Amino acid sequence: MTGLIVGALVAVAAVVIVSLPFLLRSDESDELQLTTSRGEARMALVEERDRALSALKELEFDHRTGKIDDVDYRELVGPLRRAAAAALQALDAVDADRS
Amino acid sequence: MAEVGRAALVVSFALALYACVAGTMAALGRERRLADSARNALVACFGSTLVAAAVLATALVRHDFTFEYVASHTSRDLPTIYSLTAFWGGEEGSLLLWLLVLTGYGALAVMLNRKLLSDLIVWVVPVIGGIATFFAFMLFAVASPFNTQTRAIDGAGLVPSLQNPYMVAHPPMLYLGYVGLTIPFAFAAGAMLSGQTDERWIVATRRWTLVAWMFLGFGQILGAHWAYVEVGWGGYYAWDPVENAALMPWLAATAFLHSVMIQERKGMLKVWNMVLVAFAFNLSLFGTFLTRSGVIESIHSFAKSSIGGWFLGMVVVSTLFSVALIIWRLPLLRARTKLESPLSREAAFLYNNLLFVALTLTIFWGEIFPILTQLFEGVSRTMGRPYFDFFLRVFGLPLVLLMGIGPLIAWRRTSVHALLNTLVWPIAAALAAGIALVIAGAGSSTPGLIAYTFSAFVLATIVLEFVRGTRATGSVFQLVSRNRRRYGGYIVHAAIVLFVIGVAGSSAYQTNEYRQLRPGDSTTLDGYHLTYNGLQRIASVSESGSQTQYRALLSFSGRAHGTLATSLIDSSSLGPSHQVGIHTNWLRAEDLYVILSQRLDGNAIRFEILVKPLVNLIWIAGYVFVFGSLVALWPDAQEQRRLVARLAFARG
Repeated sequence: MTGLIVGALVAVAAVVIVSLPFLLRSDESDELQLTTSRGEARMALVEERDRALSALKELEFDHRTGKIDDVDYRELVGPLRRAAAAALQALDAVDADRS
Repeated sequence: MAEVGRAALVVSFALALYACVAGTMAALGRERRLADSARNALVACFGSTLVAAAVLATALVRHDFTFEYVASHTSRDLPTIYSLTAFWGGEEGSLLLWLLVLTGYGALAVMLNRKLLSDLIVWVVPVIGGIATFFAFMLFAVASPFNTQTRAIDGAGLVPSLQNPYMVAHPPMLYLGYVGLTIPFAFAAGAMLSGQTDERWIVATRRWTLVAWMFLGFGQILGAHWAYVEVGWGGYYAWDPVENAALMPWLAATAFLHSVMIQERKGMLKVWNMVLVAFAFNLSLFGTFLTRSGVIESIHSFAKSSIGGWFLGMVVVSTLFSVALIIWRLPLLRARTKLESPLSREAAFLYNNLLFVALTLTIFWGEIFPILTQLFEGVSRTMGRPYFDFFLRVFGLPLVLLMGIGPLIAWRRTSVHALLNTLVWPIAAALAAGIALVIAGAGSSTPGLIAYTFSAFVLATIVLEFVRGTRATGSVFQLVSRNRRRYGGYIVHAAIVLFVIGVAGSSAYQTNEYRQLRPGDSTTLDGYHLTYNGLQRIASVSESGSQTQYRALLSFSGRAHGTLATSLIDSSSLGPSHQVGIHTNWLRAEDLYVILSQRLDGNAIRFEILVKPLVNLIWIAGYVFVFGSLVALWPDAQEQRRLVARLAFARG
């Protein structure tokens, strides 16, 4: 008998927990806040910027620790700086659009 | 109490099913409250499974033999700690542990990421819910630990070899690993289902993958140590299907942990990463099918059971689901950048991935070969140790070498000149080590010599990386704290090197002899002079049956002095088992290992005597591996802030 009561209590507790979102009052809309396609494009730009900046950081570190020689460093740093600048400019343009 | 356990499992099943169905409907219909309700169901599912687990644990500790499971796996004279470990000593209990860990991990991962990754989480919940539904169904309908019987006077007991401290920790560690791989899989599936295949799922699950990988790796080391001290065959890894079942997903997860860095740095290999994460998860299911279906022989106790077919069905469904998702989302997963040079860090990672996957597939083939030959030829032919050892060398040794070369190559590209410059010291160290080893007599085994030389090379590169990095940043503390992931990874590499040295030493350079001795007889092996002093016979009778222990006492001198004992235990209910005698000689970094193989006529005993150099490095490597993993997975506030900022910007 005790077993059945405990089992029933577990079931009731589960039902209450599952029903909570419907029982609690909320001013929030019932529609899920999902990332829009515009948001996805912004996300891609931020990823691009972060990637370019961390690549520059890695290149500096690899150069300082001797994994990359001066010739390679000079060849690689230019395109990476340009990529980072382009990503930052693209983000600035998005920011300008928003404002 | 059994009915409470049964009721809790039915509730767990209903909640998991609800999380799956309601979660899918919420994601499709974009309904927030329904999505929150499904998420709550997953959390509640953990709660109800915890109740079921508590019921079983209580029954085990109280020796409640009305539970069939308790009667089958414990006995009155079993110490409490081992009564509790019987929780995962049998099939039904281990399935319950699986569900408990799965729902616990799932609830935690979903709650921690509910705000940052809300659009992914709505799809992660039904995926985890679907997997939990399968396990909850198995537990209440196919293999319930709550079946009852008329109260028995005593239980059958736990196999003596499982009554070992390593067995207390080894199975739960493996489960934490196996089940942990569900989380990255669920997030990857969530990313594909939601179409949000940016980096967030990787950042969110990197630590989950590392945790699962760490537990799976360390669990295997503990299992190997248990086999070494308890099983009594003189080794620690037998390429048994159950062992391989844990190794395969670990190898796939190792490949994933490396290749994911290329996606983060270069936005490449998105498809490959999805394939790897699905591969690792499906391998953990496939391993369970292999070891429980009875289709292949295994030394593990629950090898033959009724759940194998269900697991095969689950593997098929899960694999088809993964393949369909990846094909559907191929346009989103295509990379926009290319490999710039075959001599770059990303290329080294790629080679490492190919070797890891090749090794995994080789083991996989070795596992399914007996099934295929049984199916097509009517005779089961198994792949033996030489097959696995051969491919371990073919793919494993280049992997060790790459572990040294990879960190010295720069991202994007490195010139041959720069690479040779950085490789000078490690190559010199490797050559010096190789020559010293040949002079010391290690040339007797070519694979052993190669393994040692490569290990010296890798250790030299790790030291070089720390020295150069410290010079560049000013202090080693700053170096590690600035990039815990990289330097934690190097510590893990050092652990792998210790492991390789331990395996090479204890297998390629071990001495192994059989000797027949009577009381008072002596023998000499590898500098140890052993004397057999006599046999003790210890008989005991309990309600679970009778047991006789034959304990041989030996003394030794020479390279070290001392005594050791080795036993043969004959149990009427559990069959024969061995207890080995081990003396660790720390000065010479080797183990003297004696097995009582057989009692012969006229008081004679057949002993197997082994001297195993460097074997203890394997166990030490396990702890270094955990330390390195913890350094790598320690939370990074900067990374978290970057993720929050990205999301805030994306949402405008």
